[in-house]
Amino acid sequence: MQGEVTARRAGLVACHVCHLLCRMPRQGPREHAVCPRCGSALHRRKVDSINRTWALLIAAAICYIPANLFPMTVVYALGQSQADTIMSGVIYFLQTGMWPIGLVIFVASVFVPMMKLAILCFLLISVQRRSRWRPLDRTRLYRLTELVGRWSMVDVYVVTLLVAMIKLGVLASIEAGPAAPFFAAVVVLTIFAAESFDPRLIWDNLEDDHVKS
Amino acid sequence: MHVIACHECDLLNRVPHLPARGVACCARCGGVLLRPKPDSIDRSLALVCAGLILYVAANSFPFLGLKSGSLVNETTLATGVRLLYDQGLRGLAALVAITCLVVPAVELITLLYVLLPLKLNRVAWQAPRLFRLLGHLKSWSMLDVFTLGILVTLVKLGHMVEIVPGISVWAFGGLIVVLAALSAALDRHEVWERLGALTCKAR
Repeated sequence: MQGEVTARRAGLVACHVCHLLCRMPRQGPREHAVCPRCGSALHRRKVDSINRTWALLIAAAICYIPANLFPMTVVYALGQSQADTIMSGVIYFLQTGMWPIGLVIFVASVFVPMMKLAILCFLLISVQRRSRWRPLDRTRLYRLTELVGRWSMVDVYVVTLLVAMIKLGVLASIEAGPAAPFFAAVVVLTIFAAESFDPRLIWDNLEDDHVKS
Repeated sequence: MHVIACHECDLLNRVPHLPARGVACCARCGGVLLRPKPDSIDRSLALVCAGLILYVAANSFPFLGLKSGSLVNETTLATGVRLLYDQGLRGLAALVAITCLVVPAVELITLLYVLLPLKLNRVAWQAPRLFRLLGHLKSWSMLDVFTLGILVTLVKLGHMVEIVPGISVWAFGGLIVVLAALSAALDRHEVWERLGALTCKAR
């Protein structure tokens, strides 16, 4: 691994926002360095990355339980009401033959959030255990979670649109169920969690090993 | 030839001058370091103007109508947000309003504010700070996800009630295309380089 120098080892730091490469100045405990180009605070790694990501991830996992158990929508029609959870909505689509829509909802609201929670959990544990296992593939997993996470919002938008469109007063109406805010919270928290994780930590473990040997 | 630190694995890469439409990737993790876009600022400005017009059109006309008997129930994008708010789901209403109404508008206006003076070789007041904000907002502009939501809703309701597309559906469709083209045309690196060069000169 000749000639592989990271910014940290060279005493440099890349700005998180504008990616300008700066020399990290010596600083006292109370001051913090600022990027000369865009004015954001400079840090070698994202601040407190592992703790913050864990906190957001655990919060998301807790919200994920009521999001799946409570109904997402409640339909009132002709004096009757029918509550639908995320899974019962998917099953309804499959049974009525609209499987492409069922698949979209399943992937966006069940598969993607589960996958995000699992991948971020795995990445955090592997970084904390100083794993050197396949850093390239782990970076790819991280990129995937960043890319795909926002699409989970689909179900929140579907509920909003249903509520807006079906408001025929006495005949029929749809209300958002108690699961909707929990589900939205899961999506928002996992997006923040993915943002607060620093993929450079994956590679730092290789680096430290290198220095020792 | 300049040196760029990969923002995914922190490796220092020497990057030669790239041809138009070239891509520089990190030698270790393959993350994209640099992807210069041709006429980035001109194209982005044109798309921002188109986007602003379409945004106004998409939000001022009825979006989707629901036909039941002789009654047509028309809704705009903001109706859903208001109804959620009325039902007491304020956080959810705020989230939908922020991701589908506020962030796209802020994005377009800020880009116009930063790019237009840049085109004339000036730096607008507080431009670096605003462009920095834009970097943070990137993952919260969700109109493309909202489009998928519309499609799902249409299929879900399609066999029960008759749905009449309003005028703003077309404007909305155009807006989605323009926003996608904008994110493909905008070269943030070039904007930062020019902002940096111009503010240094001013000092």
